[in-house]
Amino acid sequence: MSGLRAWLTEPVPHSRAQARAQAWWLAWCAFRANPMAMLGLGLVLLLVLVALSAPWIAGRSPFEQDLANRLSPPSAEHWLGTDELGRDIWARIVWGSRITLAIVGIVVVIVGPLGLLVGTVAGYLGGWVDTVLMRLTDVFLAFPRLILALALAAALGPGIENAILAIAVTAWPPYARLARAETLTIRNSDFIAAAIVQGASTPRILLGHVVPLCLSSVIVRLTLDMAGIILTAAGLGFLGLGAQPPAPEWGAMIATGRQYVLDQWWVAAMPGAAIFLVSLGFNLLGDGLRDVLDPKRGAG
Amino acid sequence: MVDAAPPLVEVEDLRVRFPTPRGPVEAVRGVSFAMGAERLGIVGESGSGKSTLGRALLRLVPPPGEVAAARLLVDGIDVLRADSRTLCDLRGGRASMVLQDPKFSLNPVMRVGAQIVEALRRHRRIGRREARERALAMLEAVRIREPLRVFHAFPHELSGGMGQRVMIAMMLVAEPRLLIADEPTSALDVTVQMQVLAILDDLVAARGMGLLFISHDLELVASFCDRVLVMYAGRIVETCAARDLASARHPYTRGLLGCLPKLETPVRRLPTLLRDPSWAEGA
Amino acid sequence: MIEVEALEVTWGRGARAHRAVKGIDFALPAGGTFGLVGESGSGKSTVLKAIAGLAPVTGGVIRLSGRPLGARRDKGFRKSVQMVFQDPYGSLHPRHTVDRVLAEACAIHGLDRREARIVRILDEVGLGPAFRFRYPHELSGGQRQRVAIARALIVEPALLLLDEPTSALDVSVQAEILNLLLDLKEAHGLAWIFVSHNLAVVAQMCERVAIMNNGRIVEEVAARDLARANLREPYARQLLAASRGFDRAVARTLVTYD
Repeated sequence: MSGLRAWLTEPVPHSRAQARAQAWWLAWCAFRANPMAMLGLGLVLLLVLVALSAPWIAGRSPFEQDLANRLSPPSAEHWLGTDELGRDIWARIVWGSRITLAIVGIVVVIVGPLGLLVGTVAGYLGGWVDTVLMRLTDVFLAFPRLILALALAAALGPGIENAILAIAVTAWPPYARLARAETLTIRNSDFIAAAIVQGASTPRILLGHVVPLCLSSVIVRLTLDMAGIILTAAGLGFLGLGAQPPAPEWGAMIATGRQYVLDQWWVAAMPGAAIFLVSLGFNLLGDGLRDVLDPKRGAG
Repeated sequence: MVDAAPPLVEVEDLRVRFPTPRGPVEAVRGVSFAMGAERLGIVGESGSGKSTLGRALLRLVPPPGEVAAARLLVDGIDVLRADSRTLCDLRGGRASMVLQDPKFSLNPVMRVGAQIVEALRRHRRIGRREARERALAMLEAVRIREPLRVFHAFPHELSGGMGQRVMIAMMLVAEPRLLIADEPTSALDVTVQMQVLAILDDLVAARGMGLLFISHDLELVASFCDRVLVMYAGRIVETCAARDLASARHPYTRGLLGCLPKLETPVRRLPTLLRDPSWAEGA
Repeated sequence: MIEVEALEVTWGRGARAHRAVKGIDFALPAGGTFGLVGESGSGKSTVLKAIAGLAPVTGGVIRLSGRPLGARRDKGFRKSVQMVFQDPYGSLHPRHTVDRVLAEACAIHGLDRREARIVRILDEVGLGPAFRFRYPHELSGGQRQRVAIARALIVEPALLLLDEPTSALDVSVQAEILNLLLDLKEAHGLAWIFVSHNLAVVAQMCERVAIMNNGRIVEEVAARDLARANLREPYARQLLAASRGFDRAVARTLVTYD
């Protein structure tokens, strides 16, 4: 361990890998100093851990019904109680974390690159390309996001895949806007002129020079938006347009728990708490990342 | 220099310290000097602490910087112990400061004239009409050809040289006793620079004002000022009359002069400056 | 090496068009050095940008080794003409290490023996291997400018466009960079066009000097005539007088030339 630390803090790096690792190490040191960000990271890691180890920590199947024990309060037998069909809420939340994680992952994979691509290309090339791409973005931005997602999910038919697609399609425009704004400030800088004078092609400049500088703000925005994306997914689930029963999706769980919210509060409150914790985790993480990654802070 | 009158600025063992993650860094390390109604130049390279020194005189060092001194008097005011009202009276009233780039010092959404009038009325109890007249007179004094047009202009409508003249007009309208000019002409072309300097020179002569001229340009300071302080690593390494700068004694000053390319005496290779660690340790 | 004939550059279009360069001519032999001096707005930097393909040429011809340049600069041009910018803080990508900057130049031009080239050029610009994996924010202004020079020279160009390469640096660092450029010129037989507002710097670095004002060349002289103040044009004389430090008498005589 001490050898690794020495390697990471060596004043003169000797290889590409070491230089990169040192830059990451410095960023990590700055991130580590922020306790709220560390709490956020902890919550997000907890979500990943729970999703990975669901078969071992759930204790039982999320679909196993026990009508004799329906709506029983939290106890040693059922840690978080049971729902209207006697299914164990703990098991459902644990398995449901996989659905949440999948939503988060797929949305990130679609929205990040799509927004970055549209924004940087529009910002860097300018002219009619910019006009076309940005008007398209405006069209998407003109609709309220949840309504558009609702319409899409309704048109494509209910189901978790369609819900994810609907969220992704409605979530990318702000990222394109953000990436374009960043690109406009980068476009006229001397280092881009230097790359042109070097003979670098447009794709090389976009991917190697512009995108890396837009990436950090997009990542920060994504983590901050993640809470909203989870809530949108839960909202679609709640309205019956997301995951279909009996899938243990957190939003759908709240929807069914709604009928019992006055007498059997745990049915809705437990998945609600799970959504709250994960959203909080991503928000804190995003705040922390912003402090570390934001190039305008000069940390580079 | 006027020996009988008390000095305009008296500084003894001035230190400015900035805390950093790697421990405190002293930007100014024990500087002492005094100046009267004269043109005093402070020269040094970037990082020598010359700008920080200028700011410390008006307690304008940005936080978290800490200023300490055995004595820091500007026009008789103990700057370090003054309350905020006295400081307000000092800044812009008895002493003011011109910075390098007028774009950052002028309010972009306010007309130039309004800014000058405001600066004046903050320090002098005079009516609006009189303030306006004095502002226009000041614009004329800095040789602006159409003072009325500039009075009603926004800062972005002015060229660099014009903007810097407006800055000087604004800083001088309350008739301060001391003007601290931090690289006031570095962003300007040589001919404009010369015009701005001529204005400053006239004002110093006409009003008996003290001018602290902070610059990296040795030749300019030598030709413009009466006296020069050379700073290196937060200390004053040499003080001499400006006309004697060419025969300076400290190796740092000599080195700085040596590495300037000279039109009249071209050389194949320029001499470079070999820094001696002992320079940083004291005069 | 390069010939510029009746070059015109106009930024923008229509009512907002600004003619930055209004027809200038000069020629530079291979291995020669040419300086452009002038005040801000004289169009001196725009001339360099026009040659580098970074500014819209609206008239005239630029010939490189006898061949006129088209609207787009090809790979061959990029390999033989390189540029160093004024601001060492802005001309290096903040997230690229020195190594990446140099390796990219090699990759773009498909150069062989990259490892050896990078090590050698770092040595030549006086940085050495310790700086290879550093980020720009870990370097001083002078060190960054050395990296920028290394980036330009690693593709072994024949012509270097230098846009105020030392005006953002302290004078002691300026002397080091100017000496470095002179050494590299001797070693590689470079030609360069050196743009500066500082007459002494241009006289130090160039054989011939053109004084520009308002988009035109006012006067072209040999550097030694500049040193002897052997100038014909009143604007050139005024610029020379004004660059010699503060002088009351000179300040009184200043006129605006168009």
